This record gives sequence, structure tokens and C-alpha cells, in this order.
Amino acid sequence: MPGRIQSIERAAAILRLMAGGARGLSLAEISRSLDLPKGTTLGILRTLQHVGFVEQDEATGQYQLGGGVLRLGTRYLDGNELRTRALNWADSLAARSGESVRIGTLHEERVLVVHHVFRPDDSRQTLEVGTLLPLHASALGKTLMAFDPLALAEESEFERPELPGYTERTITSRTALTAELESVRANGWAAELEELVEGEVAIAAPIRDRRGTAVGAIGLSGAVERLCDDRGLRMDQVSYVRDAARSISRELGAHPW
Amino acid sequence: MTTQYVAAIDQGTTSSRCIIFDYDGRIVSVGQREHRQIFPQPGWVEHDASEIWDNVQLVVEEALDQGSITRDQLAAVGITNQRETTLVWDRETGEPVHNAIVWQDTRTNELIHELAGTAGQERFRERCGLPLATYFSGPKLRWLLEEVPGLRERAERGEVLFGTMDTWLIWKLTGRHVTDVTNASRTMLMNLRTLDWDSSILEDMGIPADVLPEIASSAEVYGEATGFLAGVPVASALGDQHAALVGQTCFDPGEVKGTYGTGTFLVLNTGTTPVMSSNGLLTTLGYKIGDQPAVYALEGSIAVTGSLVQWIRDNLGLISSAPEIETLARTVEDNGGCYIVPAFSGLFAPHWRSDARGVMTGLTGYVTKGHIARAVLEATAWQTREVVDAMRQDSGDDLATLKVDGGMTADNLLMQILADVLDIGVVRPMVAETTCLGAAYAAGLAVGFWPDLETLRAKWHKAAEWSPAMDPQIRSREYHNWQKAVQRTLGWIERDTA
Repeated sequence: MPGRIQSIERAAAILRLMAGGARGLSLAEISRSLDLPKGTTLGILRTLQHVGFVEQDEATGQYQLGGGVLRLGTRYLDGNELRTRALNWADSLAARSGESVRIGTLHEERVLVVHHVFRPDDSRQTLEVGTLLPLHASALGKTLMAFDPLALAEESEFERPELPGYTERTITSRTALTAELESVRANGWAAELEELVEGEVAIAAPIRDRRGTAVGAIGLSGAVERLCDDRGLRMDQVSYVRDAARSISRELGAHPW
Repeated sequence: MTTQYVAAIDQGTTSSRCIIFDYDGRIVSVGQREHRQIFPQPGWVEHDASEIWDNVQLVVEEALDQGSITRDQLAAVGITNQRETTLVWDRETGEPVHNAIVWQDTRTNELIHELAGTAGQERFRERCGLPLATYFSGPKLRWLLEEVPGLRERAERGEVLFGTMDTWLIWKLTGRHVTDVTNASRTMLMNLRTLDWDSSILEDMGIPADVLPEIASSAEVYGEATGFLAGVPVASALGDQHAALVGQTCFDPGEVKGTYGTGTFLVLNTGTTPVMSSNGLLTTLGYKIGDQPAVYALEGSIAVTGSLVQWIRDNLGLISSAPEIETLARTVEDNGGCYIVPAFSGLFAPHWRSDARGVMTGLTGYVTKGHIARAVLEATAWQTREVVDAMRQDSGDDLATLKVDGGMTADNLLMQILADVLDIGVVRPMVAETTCLGAAYAAGLAVGFWPDLETLRAKWHKAAEWSPAMDPQIRSREYHNWQKAVQRTLGWIERDTA
């Protein structure tokens, strides 16, 4: 029988310590409490931070439990179940907006499209369920990164200084993306302005479950001529997307916010 | 002028709903309320018709409130309803003389055998399109006339009225005693060709013509509502599956729709002449728009489709929610040789074998729960294939696409398997509420809110489409295996009591 792994036991002790505290803890406090060298403690904390189990407060430098730990206790929401619960709302978003609708969830550093409703104009379209989109270059992906606590931890491309570009307008710098995600969080929705495909614009908003955790994103996409006017993105379309996201979240038991 | 809308009342088996639609056929608001299921004895199911009427008023008001719509903004109200459920009420007081007897109720089982006599279950089929079975209203009405003390005498004096739920609601709304051809076609009492009550069937079943409503088209103004909807034209009535046919805009012969819920209902438009089935399908009315000729349909129902998924969830515990069947089925590439035929209460269309019971067959040590999940989805697809084949044979149409609706259409893998085994395209429309939409369309046509069927057809939009992608050799091998599995269900009940 293999022996126990010391670093995992130490990581568990750190998580238990944080779970017991009402406030964040400093590196010094943690290493003192567990009688561990600071270097070892910092290494474990950084690893836990990377996988989303620990967060560090930017202002105080203190550590606390991350969203990833909360997610562990939640039953994983099946993509097929999300589609079933969202079906009517996604249809009505497509009917109101006149655009095609997609619902995405996080899957191995990409957006997995779990539901797709055709644009209601009877043109030839193919079902795109099962396709993968890049996180940083799609409205669905930016929404997931901004609101899903696990997305950033999974985004290992973040380690690289430059992100892959798809058009001239793809956000490729990490600092620019961090700022973009800040504004997505502040607005409650994300836009993709010809960042993945030339001439194509998309809008997305988060779907939350009863714990308020973002479990997916719903959005529409279409030609820039239809979705933007002289003043930029058409805000009526943004409001349709946010309405649909709220309705599905309510369906999943989230409190209206 | 303020914006006008059309309201559809869907008086269903478990609840009553009202959905208000705009000119584009989009849902504006919804009201819904469940009613009690009354089980006086095993196999008996009743509804309190007064409770249903109260609920209908509430859900209409709820939908109006929710959409901030006033009754004068309603161009028309249409009705779609659970079919065959039977009610008798007092002409003067409007009080039901008995609870409504619901379509699933099997209390007429013995009566059916008595009526079949030596002529058999097909005794009335040539005239009404239906075999003798417990579902249909005529035998239920006969039961009430025999079993409710004094009712036959009151019926003969013309003091009571019979109706299905459409007739009950129209009578409550307008005071007129009328039904539409689709609901009348489910009584066994209407002659399919004359679209009038068949006097010889009435005589054989012992039903006085005075209790029966007038038979009208599915889309015309039956009258203006009084009371809470005062002034609104009541302008359509369609049985639920017929309404779904209209909601799916299956207006041409050869167009077929499938509603996938706990069971599945396939309805094929066969044009303006009735097609008698030699393959166990029901001949029924599709719809009749005002003065235009009636459109007929062939119907094939499958008893167990979504309920097989529920059985896998509740009785076997292989999944914790119905949609997970797709996740589980996607863990494998194929069925691993496993086939499930869910003949839980015998086989229905096109086999009609009450001695059959379900089987899970082809099991080897290789089969996993993933294969079983796959076999569950394939069971729905192959059962559809059998009905579609029967429809092709009876009608001579080749059926180019299947228009689907209902809760199971959220299962993308099932929809792909369906396209694969049928070898035709499967399309899902953008408005999933095809039943209410059909009732709204018919009512809107009757008052000129929408000008014609072409306008309605243009409102139908594809939300998704699946194309066949199965090797024809694999398809025929799998169909062969399915048919072998079906053979193994037969004769399980050795002393057939049904």
C-alpha cells in the first residue's frame, strides 16, 4: 500500500484552518498555526490558489477559501440538464432577438456549447452543440471567466504573456483581459465585438444556480450590422440576453438579483 | 388602435393553462393551475368539472394580468383540450350530474366487450375510424346513462347535455352547446364522412341524440363570451394532438408531427379524404377551418417513451434526473447489443398485442449501464419507426421530415438517433408550445386576425434540425434486431384477459 503524501495532508490542514476562520489569514499566521516553514506554506498556498481553492485579497494580501472549494460541494450540473431547463427561455430569446442563441459551460479551458437555437430566418444552419470556443475571445467565455470561480484557475493559457489572437480585435494581452473581466463583472454581461470572427458580434450573461454560482452562460450572436448601431452595441439586445439569463437562473432556483 | 392578441386555453389532463400570443405567434404571457385527480376506484380517474371551470377563469385572468392586457385587446380566444374526457350536466342549472370521466379511466372495459359482441372490436371502425376501446367518449357516456340513477330518463326528456371539455368550456363561456369535428371524432359516435352523429352507432350504443352537441368546424366564431371575457369571440376548439398538428403548421398531406412526452403521439395529415388503416393506426379528423373541407389524419400513439426514462430514473436509479439519460448514453458508442422493448402494458400501434410485456434482451457480460441508456433512447426511436412505416403504408406518402415537439426534444442524442433510424430529417420548431399555438392560430383565422394558412406557415421557424447520418447497412441490421426483440415480448401473458 502506498504511503500517505505529506504535502496533501498539509494542504488539507491549511484548507481546514481557513474554513474555521471568520476572516482571511496572512501567510505568517498560517505558517505559525500549522508550524510549517513559510516557504513550504507559500508553495502550498500558491498551488491551491492556482486550482481555485484559495483566494488572496489583493489589498491585504490575506488568504481565504476560494470559489472552487464551494463548487466541490455542489452537484455538478449536467450540460444536458441545463439544456432541458433552459429550452423554452433560449427559444424565446431567439424569437425576440431574431438571432441565434448558444448556451455554454466550462470544459477543459474552453467553452463547450451545450445548446444552440437557430436564427429564426429559415436559412441553412447546422447544429453546433458540442463545439468548443476559446474563453478569452468569446462573449460566453468571458462571461464564464468573469463569474465562474473555476474558470480562471483552469485557464492555463493565462500563464503565457500573450493569448492567441483570432482577429485584429481579439484581446491578447493578459492585463487588458483582466481589465475587461473587471468590467464584465461590473456590468453583469459580456460582449464580443469581432474578436473571434470578423463581422460577428456576440452578447452573453451568466446563468446561476440556487447558490448563486455561475454554472453556464447564455448568449446570442450575429452580424455586426444587426447588433450594433451608431452608438455601438444595441442595448435592447443586451436586455433580452440578461432577461433570458435571469429566467433560466430562476428556473435553477437562484434568487432574483 | 391598441395591440391585439389571441388567447389560447389549454384544458389539459393535469392542469389548465392560458397562453396569450402576439401577431408574430410569440408567447406574451402564461397562466397555469393544476386540478385534482380523483381516483374513486383502481382504474377509475375523474375530474371535477366545476373546479376546472374555476381554474380556467383564473388562468385567463392571470395571463391577462401578467401581460398587462385587457380583455378588449383579445381578438379571439381559442380552446384546446384533453381529448375524450366525458361530462354530462344539467341544461337548466349548469351543474354537472357526475364528475367528468377522464380518458385514461378503464371503467368501460366490460361494456366495450359487451358492445364488441361477436362483431369484435372493429365493429364501428368503418364508420367512425376507431376500434372499440376504453378511451373514447361514447362508451363513457353510455356508462353514465346506465349508472347514474335517473339519468337516462332525464336524457330522454332533454334535460341534460353531454360534452367533452371543449364543449363544457364553450357552453360556460357562450351558452351554446357545440363541439368541433376533432373532438367529435374521438367519441366513436361521429360518422367520419358526413361529419354528423351516426344514427346507427347511436342506436347500437343506446345514446339519445338530444344530449349531443351540434358539430361545428374547428375554427369559427361559436359565440361571444359573456361574464369575465364579455365580448371576446370564442373562435376555436381542437383536441390537443390536433391542435399540435395545426401549431406545427402541418397543412399539407404527408406532413407529420410527433409530440414526445411521457408517451408519444404521431399525427399525419392525409388530406381531405379519410384513410382507413390496415396497420393499426386510428383514422381521425386533423382539423376543419370554417367552411373549408375537413382535413383528415392518421394517428399512432406510443404508450411508453419518456416514461421509460422515468422508469430508468425512479425504478432502476441509473440516473438522478431525466436529462442525464443523454449523458449516460453518450459514454458509449452504440447499444452494445442490448435492446429494450417497453411493452409495460402490452404493445400499441401498430401491433396491438395486449399479451406482450416488456423485455431487455441481447444481454452479455459486455453490456454496461451506458449501453442500457442507449437502448432506452433507441426504444423511442424504433417505436416511432414502426408507426412511421405504418403511416407510409396506409397513406402512400413517403414522409420527408418529422416535425417534433414536447419535452423529450431537449435530448439532442435522441433527436439524432430518431433521424438516423427514420432516415429522414427531424426538425424542432421555435415555439415549443405547439398545442396552445394551434388553438390560437385556429381562433385567429376565424376572426381574420391572421388572413390564411400561408401566413401561419411563414411564422414557423426551425430552432434545430437533425439529419440522418447512419450507414444504411447498420440501420437495417439494427431494425432487424429491434424486430427480433419485439417478437420476444409477445405471448408473455398466457391467459389474455383484456
